[in-house]
Amino acid sequence: MICSGWKARVMALAMSMWLSQAFALTGEQARTIASGDEDTDARIAAMNAALAVAAVQPDARLQPFLQALAAEELKLAGTQLLIVHADGRVKDALSGASVRALPTTPLDDVSLNNRLRGELDQALAALKLFSSHTSERLAAAKALQQDASEARLPLLANALAQESDAGVRAELQLASAAALAGSADVNKRLHAAKLLGGSSNPGTLLLLNQRLAEESDTAVTSALKNSLRRVQGSLAWGEHLGALFTGLSLGSILLLVALGLAITYGLMGVINMAHGELMMIGAYATYLVQLGFRQWLPAGLFDYYLLAALPVAFLASAGVGAVLERLVLRWLYGRPLETLLATWGLSLALMQAVRSLFGAQNVGVENPSWMSGGLQLLPSLSLPYNRLLIILFAGLVLAGMSLLIQRTRLGLFVRGVTQNRPMAACMGVNTARVDTLTFALGSGIAGLAGCALSQIGNVGPDLGQSYIVDAFMVVVLGGVGQLAGTVYAALGLGLSNKLLEGVVGAVLAKIAVLVFIIVFIQKRPQGIFAMKGRSAEA
Amino acid sequence: MNTITMNAHQALFSRRGWTAFLIALLLVCAVAPLLNLWVPEGQVLHLSDYAVALLGKIMCYAICALAMDLIWGYTGILSLGHGLFFALGGYAMGMYLMRQIGSDGQYRSELPDFMVFLDWKSLPWHWSFSDSFVATLALIVLVPGLVAFVFGYFAFRSRIKGVYFSIITQAMTYAAMLLFFRNETGFGGNNGFTDFKRILGLPIATPQMRMGLFVLTGLTLLACLLLARWIMAAKFGRVLQAVRDAESRLMFCGYSPLPYKLAIWTLSAVMCGVAGALYVPQVGIINPSEMSVANSIEIAVWAAVGGRGTLIGPIAGAFAVNGAKSWLTVSAPEIWLYFLGALFVGVTLFLPQGLAGLAKKLTRRGASKT
Repeated sequence: MICSGWKARVMALAMSMWLSQAFALTGEQARTIASGDEDTDARIAAMNAALAVAAVQPDARLQPFLQALAAEELKLAGTQLLIVHADGRVKDALSGASVRALPTTPLDDVSLNNRLRGELDQALAALKLFSSHTSERLAAAKALQQDASEARLPLLANALAQESDAGVRAELQLASAAALAGSADVNKRLHAAKLLGGSSNPGTLLLLNQRLAEESDTAVTSALKNSLRRVQGSLAWGEHLGALFTGLSLGSILLLVALGLAITYGLMGVINMAHGELMMIGAYATYLVQLGFRQWLPAGLFDYYLLAALPVAFLASAGVGAVLERLVLRWLYGRPLETLLATWGLSLALMQAVRSLFGAQNVGVENPSWMSGGLQLLPSLSLPYNRLLIILFAGLVLAGMSLLIQRTRLGLFVRGVTQNRPMAACMGVNTARVDTLTFALGSGIAGLAGCALSQIGNVGPDLGQSYIVDAFMVVVLGGVGQLAGTVYAALGLGLSNKLLEGVVGAVLAKIAVLVFIIVFIQKRPQGIFAMKGRSAEA
Repeated sequence: MNTITMNAHQALFSRRGWTAFLIALLLVCAVAPLLNLWVPEGQVLHLSDYAVALLGKIMCYAICALAMDLIWGYTGILSLGHGLFFALGGYAMGMYLMRQIGSDGQYRSELPDFMVFLDWKSLPWHWSFSDSFVATLALIVLVPGLVAFVFGYFAFRSRIKGVYFSIITQAMTYAAMLLFFRNETGFGGNNGFTDFKRILGLPIATPQMRMGLFVLTGLTLLACLLLARWIMAAKFGRVLQAVRDAESRLMFCGYSPLPYKLAIWTLSAVMCGVAGALYVPQVGIINPSEMSVANSIEIAVWAAVGGRGTLIGPIAGAFAVNGAKSWLTVSAPEIWLYFLGALFVGVTLFLPQGLAGLAKKLTRRGASKT
C-alpha cells in the first residue's frame, strides 16, 4: 500500500510529531494500525499500545479514529490518514482539521479482517470505560469480560482506580479477572479463577469452560471448577425463576383465552369452536385501531392506541358473537355435537373472510413503546413488560368478569337462566335476550384475549386455531361452569408445560400435558371442580 | 331417529338394495377398469387417470365416513380422533412402501432417505417388521385397533361421553400429531413419507397398478358397507342405537354398554386404518397433517352431510363434499372454505338427517301426492 520510497519521510514525520507532542495516538501508531503492511499482530499491538497510553493520558482523537476505522471511513492518502465521512466531509485523522481539497494521490481503503474487527470492538469498549455516563461504563465493563486479553490489564487497573460506582467496580474487577485468567503466571491465574466465581453473568460460564479446557495446572483447574459450580448455581436460580415466570405468563394467556369459553361453554353449554376466530377478530380490530392511529392521529399519541383498541376489540368480537348467536346457535341449544360442527363451519368461514379482507399473510402489530423492554431482576433473568402486563390484564379481566357475574343484574339473570331456564322465564326474564348477551360477553372476552395476544405473537388468519385445543383443555380440566376451576387449570397447565419444557423439550412437554389431561379426565370426568347437585346426566 | 323394527331377522338389503349393490360392484370391478384402460384416451367414454385417482381417494374417504357413521350416527359418540386412525393405517402402509424403495432413494442407501439425512445408522426398532407385506397388513389392522381399544376402554369405563369424549379424542389426535412431527419419532418428521416406487415389487405409478388399487378400494368400501349393514341388522346394532337414544335406560335394562361401545369404536378405528392404508399408495404421500384437528372434523361433516344413522348416506356425503372440494379448490379456491363453512352450518340447521333424510322426505312427499 505504501511505497517503500515514502518510508523515510514517514519516519521523519512521525518523529517530529512524537517530539512535539506526547499524544496517546502517534502518527506512526495510527499508520501502523491502519496498514501495518498487512501484519495483523503489529496492528493489534499498536492499537493496544495507544490504548494503554490513553488510559493515563486521555486523548480525544483516539475514539473518532477507531470509530472511523470500524466504520471503514478511514482512508490512506500517501502518508496522510483521512476520515472520509459518508456525507462527504473529509477530516485529517490525526489533527482533526477539516480538509478542503482532497490530495491528488489516490485514496487507499484501510482493510480490516475479522480478528482486527474483534479487537477493535474491544478497544472501543475499553475507551467507553472512561465515559461520563455510568450506564455506558457498566456496559463497557461487561463487554470487556468476554474474551479479554492480558493486554487490557493496565487499562482496567486505571479505570478501576478512577471508578466510584460500586456496580461498575464489581464488573471491572470481573473483567480484570477474566483478563488475568489468560495470564502466563500460575498465581495470577489461580487468583483470577477464584475471583470469577463471583460472577453471575452467563458469559462467564463460557469463559470458565474455555479456561478449563486449556488449563494444565491442577490447583487452577480445581479453582476453576469450583468457580464454575458457583456461577452455575447463581445462574440456575435465574433460570428456575425464568421458567416459573414463562409458565405463569403462558398460564395467564391460557386463562385469557379460556375465560370467554368458560362463559360460552361453561355457562351456556355451547361448544364454540369459533372461539379462536373471535380472538382473531379482536386481534385484527387491534391492528385496525393501530393503523387508524398511525394514519390520522399525531405520532405522539401512537403509544396509547392499545388503550383505544381494548374496547374496540371487545365490541367487534362481541358484535360478531351476538350475530352468530342470533342467526345460528340459537337453533342448536341442547344439541352440543351439532353446535360443535356448526361453529367449526363458522370458524372456517370467518378465517376465510379475514383472509379475503386482509390477505393470508400475518399483519404487523407494533408494541407501544411503553411495553417494550423488560424488568431486569437478575443478570440471567429479565421479565418482559408485555408479558408482565398480560398477567396483570388477565387478572383484571378475571376480576371484572366475576364481578359482572356475581354482582350485577345481568349476572344474576345469566346465573338464573343457566340453572333453571323455565323457572327464570316464568319470573319474567327474557331468556333469549340473556342468551344473546351472555354469548356476546363471552365473545367480547375472546376479543380482549385477541387484543392481548396481538402484543406477543403473530396476528394472522390462523391465530385462533393454535389456541383452540388448549382453551378447551383448560375448560374441560377446570370443570364446566366453574371460574375458579378455569383459573387453576390455566395456571396449572401453563406452569407444568413450561417447567416440563426445561426437562424434556417443548414438544414432549406439550404431549405429556395432553396425555395427563386425557388420563385425568378418566379419573374425574367432571374436571377439578365438579358441579355439585342432582342434575342427572341426560 | 330411525324407527327400530322389532323382528329378529332383518334382511341385509331389500331386493332393490341388492340390485344397487351389484350395480356398484359391477361399476367398480368392470366398468371403471374398462373405461380407463381399454377405451382409448380422447374418447367421450374414457375415464381419465385423474378421475380414477380422485375417485379412488374419495372411496377411501367414504370408508372413513362409514366408520364415523357407525360410531356417531348409530352409537351417538362423536369422535374427533378418526384422523389419527386413518393416519396410523397410512403410516403402517407408508413404512412398507418406504422399505420397498430399497436403495433407489436419493442417497442410494438401504435406509429411507430421511434417516440418512438424520444420520441414522440403522432402522429403529419400530421399523423391524416393515419389510414384510404380511406383517404390514397385520399392523394396519392392529395398530389403530389397539390404540382405539386401549383409549376406548379407559374412556368408556369411566363413562366419558358426549362432548367430553369428543374433546379428549381431539386432544389425543393433537398429541399424536405433535409426536409425529418430531424427527426423533422416526416417521420422517413433517415431511412424512413420499417418493414411493414399488408395491409388492411392482412399480407403483403404472395405470394398471392405479386401477388395481382403485378396484381394491372399491371392494373394501363395499365390504365395509356389507359388514356395517350386517352389524346394524343384528341385535348388536339395536343395542348400539339404544346406547345412542337412551343409555341410562339401557343400563337399567341390565345391559352394560361398555363392550358394545368398545367393540364398535375399535371396529370403526380399524376401518379408518384400512382406509388410510389404501389411501397412501394412491396419493403417494403421508405426513402428520393428516392428523390435524381439521381433518378429523371433516370426516364428521361427510357423515353429517350424507345423513347420520343411514349407511348409504355417509358414503354419498363423502362423494358430494369431496367432489365439491376438488372442483371448488381448483375453480374458485377462495370460495371453498365459505362453502364448507356454510355446509357445516346449513346441514346442522336445516338438514339434521342429511342428504339421505332429504331424499327420504322428497320421495315420501312424492308418494303421498300420487
